[in-house]
Amino acid sequence: MNINFTLIAQAIAFAVLIWFTVKFVWPPLLKAIEARQKEIADGLAAAQEGRSALEVAAKKSEVTLTEAKQKASEIIAQAEKRGTQIVEEAKGNAKSEGERIIAGAKAEIDQEVNRAKEGLRAQVSTLAIAGAEKILRKEIDAKAHSELLSKLAAEL
Amino acid sequence: MATEHAGNAEHALTPSSYIEHHLSFNAQPVSDGAGFWTLHVDTFVMSVALGLIVMGLVWLVARKATSGVPTKGQAFVELVFGFIDDQVKNIFHGNRHSFIAPTALTVFLWVFAMNAMDFLPVDWVAGIVSFFGGADAKWRAVPTSDINTTFALALSVWILMIFFAIKVKGLGGFVHELFCAPFGSKIWVWPANFLFNLIEYVSKPLSHSLRLFGNMYAGEVIFLLLGLWAATGVTGTIAGAILGAGWSIFHILIVALQAFIFMMLTVVYLAMAHESH
Repeated sequence: MNINFTLIAQAIAFAVLIWFTVKFVWPPLLKAIEARQKEIADGLAAAQEGRSALEVAAKKSEVTLTEAKQKASEIIAQAEKRGTQIVEEAKGNAKSEGERIIAGAKAEIDQEVNRAKEGLRAQVSTLAIAGAEKILRKEIDAKAHSELLSKLAAEL
Repeated sequence: MATEHAGNAEHALTPSSYIEHHLSFNAQPVSDGAGFWTLHVDTFVMSVALGLIVMGLVWLVARKATSGVPTKGQAFVELVFGFIDDQVKNIFHGNRHSFIAPTALTVFLWVFAMNAMDFLPVDWVAGIVSFFGGADAKWRAVPTSDINTTFALALSVWILMIFFAIKVKGLGGFVHELFCAPFGSKIWVWPANFLFNLIEYVSKPLSHSLRLFGNMYAGEVIFLLLGLWAATGVTGTIAGAILGAGWSIFHILIVALQAFIFMMLTVVYLAMAHESH
């Protein structure tokens, strides 16, 4: 149990081992472990971020959906309004068109009546002349009174 | 554990010669005069080989360490790494990664490996060595049961301790602390302070090294005594084997615990050197 040169040899061996560990063993292990810790921390942060982003997106989609529904109902209401408007318009058009047609027909009827009246008047005058001729043949000369008669016919 | 070898000795093997043989080092003179200039070849070869194997294995893993999914080997090394790093982090509050934590890892793994040589059956080691080197060849497998090893480690830590104390506080601060702590800076308590610090500086490496040495040496002696018992006959062999197995199992705890204590004291001493009073 005596102290001897072994002590110095062991101390040197110890120093070399410490140097080796400090230089070659510890740093790569530390680097790997710290890198992994950072990766895990980043991953967790990213997951948290993703979760909050998902929440935001859900909220946004809800808002968009509500907006779309509102817009759709607005459009439907507008379309209904427009539809009734068109129907009303068509009704008005049809009514005025009908009135116009009726008015035209009435005017034509009036015209026809007037023409018939003209024709009748001419025929009546002819008939009157013919009657008067028959009556007057006996008494007056047709030549002498034709001027008078045509004047009469024009007055009728 | 099992020690049949002790029973069938060729030449007169007495209990004392058996123990003496097992507790002698393979000492070789490195210089002309013996005395101090002797090297325990068994201690030195075993410890260097174990250090190279253990730290080499860790290095092989560390070299290819990835921050992605670790292999099983890397996971194991990282387990040890995290364990040591946690211990150091709790004791030392500074940049531990530059020196103290790697030193703690070295101390723990190396001392653990050297202690673990205690699990080798003492007579198997003796048998193999005498097969190659003759009956007189000596080989002690447990480097930490050599006071030279434990004292070398403790003394290295002691030197590091003083180095860090001077590095952190400066030479003036170090000397100031020698005389002015722990009782105060009044001139009439200087001798008391100095005596106190002197005792502390002497006792630290002694308790540090002797604790480990004593545990491992005692463990070895008990294995040898159980081996002696086995030489007394069948009953002794069976009883010795059972007790030897029990002692081995208990020794797993001692081996790990002493390595851990040695590592913790190393860290504590080096951390204390960084603190000013």
